[in-house]
Amino acid sequence: MYRRLMQHLVRGTAAAAVSAGILLGTPALAARTDVILGIRLEPPHLDPTAGAAAAIAEIVYNNVFQGLTRIDRDGTVKPSLAERWEVSEDGKVYTFHLRQGVKFHDGTTFDAEDVKFSLDRARAADSVNPQKGLFEPIDTVEVVDPQTVRITLKRPSGSLPFSLGWAAAVIVAPESAADNKTTPVGTGPFKLAEWVKGDHVTLTRSDGYWGEPVALEKATFKIIGDPTASFAALMAGDVDAFPIFPAPENVPQFEADPRFTVVVGDTEGKTVLAMNNGKKPFDDIRVRRAVSHAVDRKALVEGAMYGYGKPIGSHFAPQDKGYVDLTGKYPFDPEKAKALLKEAGAENLSVRLVLPPPDYARRGGEVLAAQLRNVGISVEIVPMEWAQWLSEVFRNKNFDMTVVSHVEPLDLDIYARDDYYFGYKDPEYRALYERFVASTDESERLALLGQLQEKLADDAVNAWLFLLPKIGIWDARLEGLWENTPVPANDLTEAKWRE
Amino acid sequence: MSATMAAGRRSLAARALGHPSFLLGAAISLVVAAMALLSFVWTPHDPTVLDIARKLQPPSATHWLGTDQYGRDVLSMIMHGAVTSMAVSFVAVGIGLGLGVPLGLLAAARRGLVGEAVMRANDFVFAFPALIIAIMLRDIFGPGAINAMVAIGIFNVPVFARLAYGAALPLWTREFVMAARVAGKGGGLITLEHILPNMLSLVIVQATIQLSLGVLAEAALSYVGLGVQPPAPSWGRMLNEAQTLMALAPRLALVPGLAIVVTVMGLNLLGDGLRDLLDPRLARER
Repeated sequence: MYRRLMQHLVRGTAAAAVSAGILLGTPALAARTDVILGIRLEPPHLDPTAGAAAAIAEIVYNNVFQGLTRIDRDGTVKPSLAERWEVSEDGKVYTFHLRQGVKFHDGTTFDAEDVKFSLDRARAADSVNPQKGLFEPIDTVEVVDPQTVRITLKRPSGSLPFSLGWAAAVIVAPESAADNKTTPVGTGPFKLAEWVKGDHVTLTRSDGYWGEPVALEKATFKIIGDPTASFAALMAGDVDAFPIFPAPENVPQFEADPRFTVVVGDTEGKTVLAMNNGKKPFDDIRVRRAVSHAVDRKALVEGAMYGYGKPIGSHFAPQDKGYVDLTGKYPFDPEKAKALLKEAGAENLSVRLVLPPPDYARRGGEVLAAQLRNVGISVEIVPMEWAQWLSEVFRNKNFDMTVVSHVEPLDLDIYARDDYYFGYKDPEYRALYERFVASTDESERLALLGQLQEKLADDAVNAWLFLLPKIGIWDARLEGLWENTPVPANDLTEAKWRE
Repeated sequence: MSATMAAGRRSLAARALGHPSFLLGAAISLVVAAMALLSFVWTPHDPTVLDIARKLQPPSATHWLGTDQYGRDVLSMIMHGAVTSMAVSFVAVGIGLGLGVPLGLLAAARRGLVGEAVMRANDFVFAFPALIIAIMLRDIFGPGAINAMVAIGIFNVPVFARLAYGAALPLWTREFVMAARVAGKGGGLITLEHILPNMLSLVIVQATIQLSLGVLAEAALSYVGLGVQPPAPSWGRMLNEAQTLMALAPRLALVPGLAIVVTVMGLNLLGDGLRDLLDPRLARER
């Protein structure tokens, strides 16, 4: 019935378009130059150097703001505002050669002073940068000449060019940095046209962009929080694309419809059942291991994600270099889980499971709660809005368990932080991580990455569940959108409509 | 007086049996209540047990209404959902009755400043729909069944207060009340002995109507996530979860939807029937 109605509507619209074309004599051949993308969450503001929300980067990364380097669709580091760079023999001094003729949207010229300003601002003591750890290895940033910047590190680090490609490391201008939350001024191919709170953010093409000209003139990010509404918006053509579609159960319908392209790719979203290692009962490794044995990942992915999502066994995405498959470390074994709980004297446990709003958390949490109940842990589900989750769980660490997806790439550093929300404090892990950061030898780095993953899995810090899939659905005539999400982004520089 | 009441009583049972909408409403309400009670001792399956391998199964001999997206038995969930629904709306009506009726009676007995103050305070509360109250309570205590009961209960208070006030006021001018006053009885005693018994039928009818509204309100609150939390089944949440599955398994939305419609309809018919049977003025007009 619904399909018949849709076909009827489509046919009717097509007929109207044809007759309008005839009447007005307009050439209907020119490709569209605007696109409407659906996004699930509204960003709190638009400054990626001042907020961790992925929704910020999903609008501005490489569209509005750019860094010295950028991370491309395949996760590799590419030159951006820096044309090229050299690294000294000892791996401690990086020299970046900047691109000429680059202007900010407000007309000011981009040069080495802006780079120094941005990096010094990001790593300052009072910085609100969400990824201060990225800049921690930097000792000094010097302006050699307007086109050259020299960055000296405290110790060798092979990952600097990658770090500088993150959304939190974009280059801002001293003249406009303070207002970037509401009026972002960057060097990218698009600038902010309007932001109607609760509805949409519109970007328009920026004249005088330094790089390859972009095909799109206008890009609108429409905020649609509800999965049912997302489905309807795509079907009705109200949005052209949903780069991260929230309702996996509807994917077969889109796959069967020739009007749409469906691409199931990977994100860096390591979805975890996080446990508060800092307090009872999860300060006991036996209880954490019991939880790991109690989780049936296969049933979880099938039940909550309709089969989309690769199981993971540690805090590492399978597509990243250095991955070690640890999914077999804690096989699903309720009896073993019960035995471990008994050994730890933690029978009749009663815990609170806090769930933030995304569907992977709410649905996953419901399945996980049932699996934990199955081994005798009674679970109270506590749903929370993001703001509440951030203050209760992330900042105040007032929780037992939560389900959340860590979307940053290669973020093993969070387990080496004392103040991080799940409260894992292990000197051995930290020493291992220090060695990894200091290492510049590729094979040694990869070996250390493997050891780090194994150490985390061995300590069962969290129960690692699955890699969040990126289910992208868009109009079949639209090209150039990212298939995977190596970093949170909707890079539109290569997006265009097929003619 | 007592003779006419006795005559009314005698014919009440007979009239009830001859009243089709009352009978239908009572039958539906009894079935829902029986289903809810039965679920305490027996359901076909445990509604909180997930069996993902058997998800989204059509109705069969083992699962009469099929399974949901997590492989739970839909019939068992509906049965348990009836408990949630009934418990929330019964407690909410209890809160409304317990607070609203005495407030209305007090306002009618005292009138003057006290009466005004009570009734204006009621108007103030009346301005907040149950949903708004539930959101406020959620921010303080977190979501849950108690939250839903209190929110709907608070919404019910001014409903019953207004009803009691409106019914009690004209009674205060009646001869038998005046006689009692002349006999030296106080306001409290008169209210208990004469006012309350004479408006009881109105209150009962209203309580039935509020029960059906409570079922609707509970479903609405659960639908937006403010009611009982998983794993406790709730018709409203079943509806919410079925939304994106409309194309795959429309049954998952239809079953709880029908459960809500039938229950609300049953309670409304029962309420209408009771009004016809209990309200002497309506009865005389017939």
